[in-house]
Parts: sequence; C-alpha cells; structure tokens
Amino acid sequence: MIPAEFRYLCPSTVDEAVRMLVEEGEDAKVIAGGQSLVPVLRMRLAAPTALIDIGGLTELTGVRDDGDSLLIGAMTTHYEVQRDHLIHDHALLLKLVTDTVADPQVRHRGTFGGSLCHADPAGDLLAPALALDAVMIIAGPGGRREVPASEFFVGYFETALAPDEILIDVRVPKYTGWGAHYEKLNRVAQAWSIVAVAAAVQISGGTIAAARVGLTNVGSGPVRAVDVESALVGQPVSAISDAALLASSGDGYKDNLARVLTDRALTAAVAG
Amino acid sequence: MHISVNVDGVTYADEVEPRLLLVHYLRERLGKTGTVIGCDTGNCGACTVHLDGHSVKSCQMFAVQANGHEVTTIEGLARDGKLHPVQEAFRSNHALQCGFCTPGMIMQAIDLLADESDPDDETVRKGLEGNLCRCTGYQNIVRAVQDAAQRMKPGAGPKIEQHSDEHVGSRQPVGGE
Repeated sequence: MIPAEFRYLCPSTVDEAVRMLVEEGEDAKVIAGGQSLVPVLRMRLAAPTALIDIGGLTELTGVRDDGDSLLIGAMTTHYEVQRDHLIHDHALLLKLVTDTVADPQVRHRGTFGGSLCHADPAGDLLAPALALDAVMIIAGPGGRREVPASEFFVGYFETALAPDEILIDVRVPKYTGWGAHYEKLNRVAQAWSIVAVAAAVQISGGTIAAARVGLTNVGSGPVRAVDVESALVGQPVSAISDAALLASSGDGYKDNLARVLTDRALTAAVAG
Repeated sequence: MHISVNVDGVTYADEVEPRLLLVHYLRERLGKTGTVIGCDTGNCGACTVHLDGHSVKSCQMFAVQANGHEVTTIEGLARDGKLHPVQEAFRSNHALQCGFCTPGMIMQAIDLLADESDPDDETVRKGLEGNLCRCTGYQNIVRAVQDAAQRMKPGAGPKIEQHSDEHVGSRQPVGGE
C-alpha cells in the first residue's frame, strides 16, 4: 500500500531535529533507518503528519571508546555494529545478537537506536540492552538526559521517550573477555523470535564470576532473568542447568522455552 | 520535494512526493522495470538494489531518502553488452525458473560476494536469507553464487582482461565443482 501523505523534513543537527519535533507536535515521527517504520506506514498502521529524517546526522553514527564503557551512536547501522572491533572486543553479545537481526538488506539500513526506540517486544536488541545495563542518552527541548534500559522500555512498543525527544547515544559498559551467546528460536529465516535468550558470562578461576541474562518476547517488553544471574555467581559451570530453571516459574509454552533456551544460551556462552 | 539521485551511472533530478517509495520511483519514473516488486511487505527481497554499494530493499525506503546517493539496479550491471559474472553464473547454472526473484537474488549475491569472496554453502544461504524464491528450491541459486565467486577470482577471467601485475596475473583459479 501507499502510505498516507506526510511532510518530510531533513534536519542537519540534533538540536534542529528536536526543534522540528517541538514545532510539528506529537503527530510527527522521527525516521532513522526506516526498516520498521516504513512497513508500518505502508500498512497505514500509523499516519504521522511529518517525518523527521535523521539519516543525515552523521554525528549519531559510529562507536566510541569512553573509558569504562562504549558509546554507540543511535544511527549506527546493524551492519556497522556487526563489524565494529570495539563492540567485538567489549560487548560481544551485541554483535552476536545483531548477526541474527532480520536479513542483510535490512541490516544495511536498520539502526541500533531505531530498533530500541521501536521497542517491538520480539525485537532482538532490547533484551541484551537490558541485560548489559545499557543507558539511553536522550536529547530533548530541555537538554540531555540519561535513562537506564530498565526504565526505558515501558511496555508493548512503548518507551520512556517523550514525543519531542530523540535517542542520540547508547552507553554500554565494557564486558571485556566475557563469553556470550544469543539463542533464538524462530520457525523460518528472517522471522521474529518466538522466544530468545541473550546471555553473557564472566568466568574467573574456573567459576562463574558474573552473568547477564535477558529474555526476548516473553512479555510486553524485554525481561531480565535476575534470579538466574544471582544463582550463578560463584558457581561452577555445571550449575547452569539448575540455575536456568529459574528463568521462568510459569508452566506455559514460552515459560518452558525460556528455561530451555536459557540453559542453551549460558552453556554456549561459557563454551566461547 | 526536489531530489537528485544517481541511478546506474546517470544523475536524475526530479520532483517527487515524499511518500513515493524508491522502487516506485525506479520503475514508474525512470522506467527501470528490471527491479520488481514481489511481496510489498519487505520480506521477499525481489526489489533489492544497491544504495552506495550496499544492498537494500527498495520497497522499504522512500525516494527522498536516496537524495544525493547512488543507486545501482540490475539494469546497471552489464558492461558493453556483456553480462556481469553473477548474471552469467545464474544463466549457466539454471538458477531460475520463473525469474521473478532473480534481479533481487543477483543484487544480493553481488553484495554477499563483496564481503565473502569464496563462500561455502551455508554462507550463501545465510547471505541470501532476505531473498525468497518460490520455484527453484534454492539449490541452483547457491551453485550459481559459488560459481560466480570462482568467475570473479583474480586471474579467473579471459587472459586479455587479466591484470598486468605479474603477482596477481600468475595466480591460478582454484577449480570449483
């Protein structure tokens, strides 16, 4: 289908983009890579009055080393995340998750920040962002503010972003040397996850020093399996299967998947 | 909105509605009907073109987003009346039946081969994950891409087209299947 009419605006700075959002009101929408938004517009599930295209804001692309953490520009494409050496060395989980996002064509245009703002509960990048304690750096008319992932994902396709705000950077603490794995269950190529588990594990002296586990598509947003994480601290690798049972307490299909896939994800993460 | 886009080596200046999809611009304004529309939902990859050298689905972006950029379509691959090696490989490996998915398959295969010069079976299948074919069962498509990789190896072309550098020119193509 053909989308409804909209006005198309191309800001050249973040501040100009924010100003446009304020002027256009809440029916305006930011477009990043557009790989989720364009289908939504074409199906007329949304009909914004204006699209503010931040595709030209090169200041929002790329990954920077910021001491104890990485700063990932919101407009960094999935393709760039997959090939970035800083991400490979310090946030391997993000690379492995991004490898599974959609297909190569979509990864060329789709962006890291765009996926997080779209907040599809089946989207792959939400669970690792939550599990890795990512912090969203947001620009708005009142200046900049920071929101941890745990407060950013509010619900089904919903985030803490106000209508006149833009996600500009994502700060991810460094997880140098951690093992990682993303275990994703879907039926066919390029389908969304039925359930998926993102796991990162730090091994020290033969035991698990720390673990991070995030679940995709088990609720209205990403879920962090904190009980699994705390049960693993100081334990040998052999404790993984028992700890994974804590991923979900329910008896539904997805609860079972959460437990089984958590076991697989952690086992693969420690195996390197 | 006024846009200027380079498509297959020619720069076009046009006035377009912001909601015009790139694939509609290519087909209906420029007459480049070699790029086809398959699913209309972003799944099938039939409309794949290159934007600044990387594969994208042209039904998943607006023509205005291509303003100032370079687009290559299936129609821009042949040189001096000769098919691109990937086109040749698709033809000689019978990698198509109805041919509808072929423009997208070829554009994505070229993108894949830019990153993976000698891909194994699994790598080809992963690389073509975003392209659907309803008739061939993919076997010959995978063969064609691997054949194309051999055709595009340094030293694999006709002697007259080989690089004059001795080191490069002396490399022999590794025999494929």
